Amino acid sequence: MLLTKEETHAQLFTMGHTGCSGCAQSMAVKLILEVLGKNTIATTATGCLEVFSTRYPESSWRIPWIHSLFENSAAVASGIEAALKAMGKKEDTTVIAQAGDGGTADIGLQALSGMFERNHDVLYICYDNGAYMNTGYQRSGLTPFDAYTTTSPSGKKSFGNSRPKKYMPEIAIAHRIPYTAVASAGYPIDLQKKVKKAKSIKGSKYLQIDVPCVPGWKYEPRYSVKIAQLAVQTGLYPLFEAEYDKIISVKKISKKTPVEEYLKLQGRFKHLFKDEAGRAEIEKIQKIADENIERYGLI
Amino acid sequence: MDFKIGIIALPGAALSNKTGSFANENPVFKLEKCTGCNLCIYFCPEGVVYGDKKTKIYDYDVDYCKGCGICAEECPVGDIEMVLVEK
Amino acid sequence: MKKVLEGSMAIADGVRMAAPHVISAYPITPQTHIVEHLSQMVADGDLEAEFIMVESEHTAASVVLGASACGVRTYTATASQGLLYMEEVIYNIAGMRFPVVLTVANRAISAPINIWNDMQDAMAIRDTGAIMLVAENNQEAYDMHIQAFKIAENPDVMLPVVVNVDGFVLTHTFEVVETIDDIKKVKDYLPPLNMKYKLDVNNPYSFGTVGEPSVYMESRFNLFNAMNLSKKVIVESAQEYEEMFGKFHGALIDTYKMDDAKTVIVAMGSVLGTIKDVVDELRESGKKVGVLKIRSFRPFPEDEIVAVVQNTQNLIVIEKAISPGKGGILSMEIRDVLYKHKVTSINVNGYTLGLGGRDITPKNIYDLILRAEKEENVDGEFIGLMQQQYL
Repeated sequence: MLLTKEETHAQLFTMGHTGCSGCAQSMAVKLILEVLGKNTIATTATGCLEVFSTRYPESSWRIPWIHSLFENSAAVASGIEAALKAMGKKEDTTVIAQAGDGGTADIGLQALSGMFERNHDVLYICYDNGAYMNTGYQRSGLTPFDAYTTTSPSGKKSFGNSRPKKYMPEIAIAHRIPYTAVASAGYPIDLQKKVKKAKSIKGSKYLQIDVPCVPGWKYEPRYSVKIAQLAVQTGLYPLFEAEYDKIISVKKISKKTPVEEYLKLQGRFKHLFKDEAGRAEIEKIQKIADENIERYGLI
Repeated sequence: MDFKIGIIALPGAALSNKTGSFANENPVFKLEKCTGCNLCIYFCPEGVVYGDKKTKIYDYDVDYCKGCGICAEECPVGDIEMVLVEK
Repeated sequence: MKKVLEGSMAIADGVRMAAPHVISAYPITPQTHIVEHLSQMVADGDLEAEFIMVESEHTAASVVLGASACGVRTYTATASQGLLYMEEVIYNIAGMRFPVVLTVANRAISAPINIWNDMQDAMAIRDTGAIMLVAENNQEAYDMHIQAFKIAENPDVMLPVVVNVDGFVLTHTFEVVETIDDIKKVKDYLPPLNMKYKLDVNNPYSFGTVGEPSVYMESRFNLFNAMNLSKKVIVESAQEYEEMFGKFHGALIDTYKMDDAKTVIVAMGSVLGTIKDVVDELRESGKKVGVLKIRSFRPFPEDEIVAVVQNTQNLIVIEKAISPGKGGILSMEIRDVLYKHKVTSINVNGYTLGLGGRDITPKNIYDLILRAEKEENVDGEFIGLMQQQYL
């Protein structure tokens, strides 16, 4: 949103946070709050966002915000929603729960499933950077196949993470919540459209956003958007929307790109470019992308 | 320090932290070919790019810009250039 | 009105009187009846509250944390493994200074799995920063819950309060309980919660920020200090309750036949009933025995204990939880208090009884009184063990 200099200082997520240079997560948060507005209460799980936005006495938030623990962002948001209902204030307030991929798909999955099943009127946002970045790049359930992390390193006997990324949005869909969406920091207009739609729907909403991580994925800060867009254009990160159990829209690939273009920009995949064996691994990753394209009808 | 119960922070208090010191490079908005597409604003992780739609004058807040270079990389007409910060 | 109530019903009714806005619940024996009763009250329209049936104790505690942060009154209950699962959140609630009230139906800890009463679960959360009160009978459990909200919500305190009630012994036992007829009187005693800082779109504060080394100690000190300040509030809340409702069960401590006592039994919870019966009998035969009830375990009533035991000779501490590798937990704390106050003439013996629901009989107590006069510094000896065989 075009703002004057004074207005930029009054943004709901203000500058002055200590996120890394080029951080796509902070970009996504800024875009989301632009849509949601000031009548929003947010929870945030332990992780990068919480640490870089609220070093006491500083805070980048101009909406009421709370961090409790790593695994309970959805549960705390459930309590906030219940309290707002009890006070008769739910109608005009949006509640969002935020977490990273570890806080969502690993340690926070139980609390999230409970929130979905009870259908609390909360928008849950998973900022997916594909590993535990805040603790120094350890593998999570959403780490992609063959990515190097410090707990899934590449080596003589390893090509990095040996398991494919968990299909977390499909777990959300399995709860038959009213709205599930996948977005990307590389496509801000699409992202904001999905946030706007989620805001208009009552009940539990799940939004997962691909947010490239400069130090964790090991690339130059200026490539955050480029890499996020390549993830979509290769088919590795399908963007779609679902209502209950039906997928209602997908973002079509406008320029189909081989996965190699995406992988070669990132240090976490550089071990795949050393020899023939790595070549074969890239083929496997291409197969994952092709399967996504087929499954979600991306072309 | 004003010490609130449970260490509660004031809204937007992070503004006191001038993250411009992170930057090795800063953008220069050349304003030669700018079409006013606003992509530099959408993509700025810090929200430091500001401007005027009518005059197409865009600039950034040097106090907070971390110099990531995304604006220059993504500018569709190549109208933003990164230059080294003299320290 | 006098009614015959199951302990869980008395607790649920006490909670109803306090009128919490948000209740979260997850079943665990022997706590379950409490939330069942509350759930029915909500279903029948006798209690207006958001009743959230969650998927785990961790979430039960997190839901009341989130609701409490919005400035509404909240309640949950648990026991044993559930309390251990909640512990991380209880630390967090205390650190963020939210006045949540939580009942613990005290129960043993696995392994081996055991659903019966002792106090090992309560002792495991000793240092969370939650105020820990212990009820002796169903009447006190009822009254203590109403007091608990008042204590928790005092602006000088703002801490979670855990009300401990012995699992089964109180939760599943019927006793005569005199309940309050007029909920308006409870509202006078317990005014609506008014939190200075809460999640509010008109005053958007950030809660749960990162406390770096430059502020963490100050934050913990404030909690530590609030716990000390709560002593006065616990006393005043008990006194005011007595003035308004005519019921008093002690404040931080209570004493029974202590005036000239030489031997004193120190205990918490429902076992005090058995102990008082034995003391009554021994008093008839002229033995100078008395009872010291610890009603508030955190904050620990240091000065109050010293003041009443100063002229005694033997303290018998009934331990329903132990610290493996050290000994009885309650006796450890009492010895510390006496040492600190330079009261060195009293012989303190701690005996472990009643773990995992083993009965504590009048004979056990009677035997300990005879033993204690001949023994010194017993540190958590297990009483009444079967002959053990290791195969």
